[in-house]
Amino acid sequence: MVGYNRCRTGPPTCRRELGVLKKKPDIDSTMQLSVNRDANGRNTPVAPKTLAHLKEGETGTLDRLDLPEDVARRLMELGFLPGHTVVPARSAPGGEPRVYRVDGSEVALRRETASRLILRPPSKRPCQALEP
Amino acid sequence: MSDCHSCSSCSVATAPPPARASARPHVVAIIGPPNSGKSTLFNRLTGLRQKVANFPGVTVEQRVGRAKMNNHREVILVDLPGVYSLNPRSEDEQVTRDVLTGHMQDVPKPDAVLLILDSTNLGRHLALAAPILSLKLPTLVILNMADDLSNRGGQIDTGELASQLGAPVALISAAKGDGVEKVFQFMAGTSAGTTSLAPPKVELPVLQDVPRCRQWAREVGIGAAYQAPSPPLWTRRLDAVFLHPVFGLLIFLAVVAGVFQTIFRGAKPLMDGLQALVQMSGHWIASVLPAGILRSLLVEGVWNGVGSVIVFLPQILLLFLFIGILEDSGYLARAALIADRTMAKFGLQGKSFIPLLSAYACAVPAIMATRTIESKRDRLATILIAPFMTCSARLPIYFLVIAAFIKERPFLGPFLGTQAAALLGLYALGFLAAIVTARLLKSSILKSERTPFMLEMPPYRMPTLRSLGLRLYDRSKVFLHRAGTVILVCAVVLWILAHLPLQNGKPPDISDSFAGMIGHTIEPVIKPLGFNWKIGIGLISSIAARETIVATFGTIYGIEGDAHSVGLQQALQSELTPGGAFALLIFFAFAMQCMSTIAVVRRETGGWKWPAVQFAYMTLVAYVCAMLTNVAVRSGLFT
Repeated sequence: MVGYNRCRTGPPTCRRELGVLKKKPDIDSTMQLSVNRDANGRNTPVAPKTLAHLKEGETGTLDRLDLPEDVARRLMELGFLPGHTVVPARSAPGGEPRVYRVDGSEVALRRETASRLILRPPSKRPCQALEP
Repeated sequence: MSDCHSCSSCSVATAPPPARASARPHVVAIIGPPNSGKSTLFNRLTGLRQKVANFPGVTVEQRVGRAKMNNHREVILVDLPGVYSLNPRSEDEQVTRDVLTGHMQDVPKPDAVLLILDSTNLGRHLALAAPILSLKLPTLVILNMADDLSNRGGQIDTGELASQLGAPVALISAAKGDGVEKVFQFMAGTSAGTTSLAPPKVELPVLQDVPRCRQWAREVGIGAAYQAPSPPLWTRRLDAVFLHPVFGLLIFLAVVAGVFQTIFRGAKPLMDGLQALVQMSGHWIASVLPAGILRSLLVEGVWNGVGSVIVFLPQILLLFLFIGILEDSGYLARAALIADRTMAKFGLQGKSFIPLLSAYACAVPAIMATRTIESKRDRLATILIAPFMTCSARLPIYFLVIAAFIKERPFLGPFLGTQAAALLGLYALGFLAAIVTARLLKSSILKSERTPFMLEMPPYRMPTLRSLGLRLYDRSKVFLHRAGTVILVCAVVLWILAHLPLQNGKPPDISDSFAGMIGHTIEPVIKPLGFNWKIGIGLISSIAARETIVATFGTIYGIEGDAHSVGLQQALQSELTPGGAFALLIFFAFAMQCMSTIAVVRRETGGWKWPAVQFAYMTLVAYVCAMLTNVAVRSGLFT
C-alpha cells in the first residue's frame, strides 16, 4: 500500500522518500499512513513532505509536529504552528542547520528537527491551507 | 516580607491604594521574549546602578538595578530571563513565573510589570501578553524597536491596543532612548499608587494552548490595526554574504582568527603594562613600609597574588568587547549556526563555540559566556570542558619549562622550531582532552535531553557604545570581585604557610615551613611523576592560579620569579629530570589548577557538586598522563 502511494507521486520524490525509508523505516511509514488518513478526509495519494524536503525559497504550510510535546511546544512558541507557512532560507556551509522564515522571524533548525515538521499536502484550494 | 501580602492585594484593587509606607521599595519586573531588547531597556533605565547575581537556589542570572525617577524616588528593577511563555518547562520560565507570582524566595513580589515586546514581530510576541496580563499586576506593554517598525513601513494604533488589552502601551526605541520617558511616567504612577487597572476588552485565551494564544495575539493585532513591517532588507543582504557557502565560511574563519589574535597579541602590551605597574607599585609599597613580616605579607602575599589576577583584566575586557560586538550586531547567532555542524561531531552545539574559543584566554569569562546556551546539559558540558583549553595562565610555566628543557632546533624546516612545536603540541593536547571529554559526557551522564538545536536569527543591528561599555563594566566588576576575593584569600593563606612556624621570631627556611612540610608530605604521591617536594610546593601554590607556580619557584630557589629568567631555568634543570619536566608540562595541560575557575563553576552550576567532579576528573587525567609521560621519557621512548 505504502509503496504504491509513494510511487504515484513521481520519480524524484519517490527516490528521496525511499532513501529516507532505508534509514528509518518505522517512522517514515507511520508518517505516510497518518497523512493519508488526515488529508481532508480523502485518500490523497501524496507522500508526506517535511520541512527538510523544501528547497531554499520554496513555500510550505505546516501540518503537524511529529515531536515530543515539550519540544513541539517550544517550536510552536517560535512560530512553527500548524497552518503557518514556512520558507527555508540560507543554511550554514554544508547545508545544515538551515534558517527558516516563519511567522515574521527567522529560526535555524538542524535537519533532524526539520524532518519531523510535516507539511500539508499541496491543496487545490490554497485558501484552506492558510487556516490555522 | 510580610508586607508582600498587603501589596499584592492593593495591586489588584482598581481604586487608588492607601499611601505606601516609604520604607518598602517599589519593585518593577521587566519581562519579554528573547531578542526583544529587554537588556537594552534595563540598561537604559538603570545605567550603572545594577548588579548581577543568581536567583537563590538556581543557576538563572538575576540582574537587579535601581532607576531614579524625576521625583527622586527610586524604583528597584528586576530583569527576568527572556521567555516566550510562562509554561514552566525550563528553569528560566519557572523562575519568571515564581518571581511574578511572589513565590521566589528572597525576591519580593513585583508591584508592577514592564512587558517589552518587539514591535516588528508583534504577531508572535503579543502572545506573551496573555499570561502576563492574566497575573493582574499593573503592566505597561512596551513596544520596542519603534524606529525599525516605521522605517520598514509597519504601523500600530497604540491607543486602540491599550484599550483592547486594558493596559497602557508605549511605543519606544530602547536603543535610541526615544519614548523611554513614558516608561518612567508609568513607574512614577505605579510607585505613587495612582495607576489603576482597567479590565481588558478582549477575553484572555487558555494560557497553556500555544495555538490559541497565537490566534488571540493575531486578533488583538488586527483590532489594533497592526501592520507588520516589510522584511528586513539589510539583514537579508548581509546574510547573503555572512551565510554564503564560501565567503561566509571565510568571514567566519577571519573573525575567529581576529578574536584569537586580539586576545593574545592585542592584549599583550596592555598586560605587560599592567604587570609593570603592579611590580612598580609593589616596589613602592616595599620602599615605604619598614622591612618585616607586614611588608612581606603585603608585597609578596597580597600584592603579588592580587596582581597576578589583575594582569588578565585587559585580555578579559578585550574578549568581552569582541563577544559584545558579535552578540549586539547579531553575528554571534550566525557564527553559532556555522559552527554547529562541527560542534555536533563532539556532541556539542553551535552555541558552545564562542565560550570554548574564549577559554583560550581564560576559562573564567568563558564559563560566564556559556549563559547564551539554553540547553542546560550542553551548557554544563561546555563548562566542564572549557578549562582544558590552553588558557594564558599556563603560558608562564610552559615557557619556563620549554626554554629550560627543549633545545631550539628546526623541527619542520625553517618555519617551526622544536620549542614552538612543543607549545603547539600542548595546545593540541588540551583541545583533544576537551573533545574526548565532551564525547564522554554527552554519551553518558549528560546524554542529550532531546532539546533540539533551535536558534532564532535576530536582525543585524549596529552595536551601541553605551551597551558595549556597560557590558565591559559589568563583566570586569564580576571578574575582579569573584576571582579577586578568592585569589586574595589563597595568596594570603599560601604566604602564611610559607612563613610559619616562626623560628626564633623569624620566618623559617622554606623546607621547614608549613608549605615545605606539605611538600614533603605529598612527595611520595608525586614521585612517580618525577617531581620532588619543591615542585610539590609549586603544584600546591598553583591551585590558587597556575601562573603563581613560577613565582613560587622563584621564592623557593631565591631567584626573582620570571618565566624568562635564566637563573630559574638552570635551577629547574638541576631539579628535574627530562621525564619530570615533560610530566610537569603534561600535568599543567590537564589539571584544573585554578581557584577562580572552581569558584566560577560553583557559581554557574549552583553548587559544589560539579566543580568537585571536574577537579577530581581533571586532576586524575593529569596525574595518570604525567606519570605515563615520565615513565615513557625515562625509558627512552622519545629519544
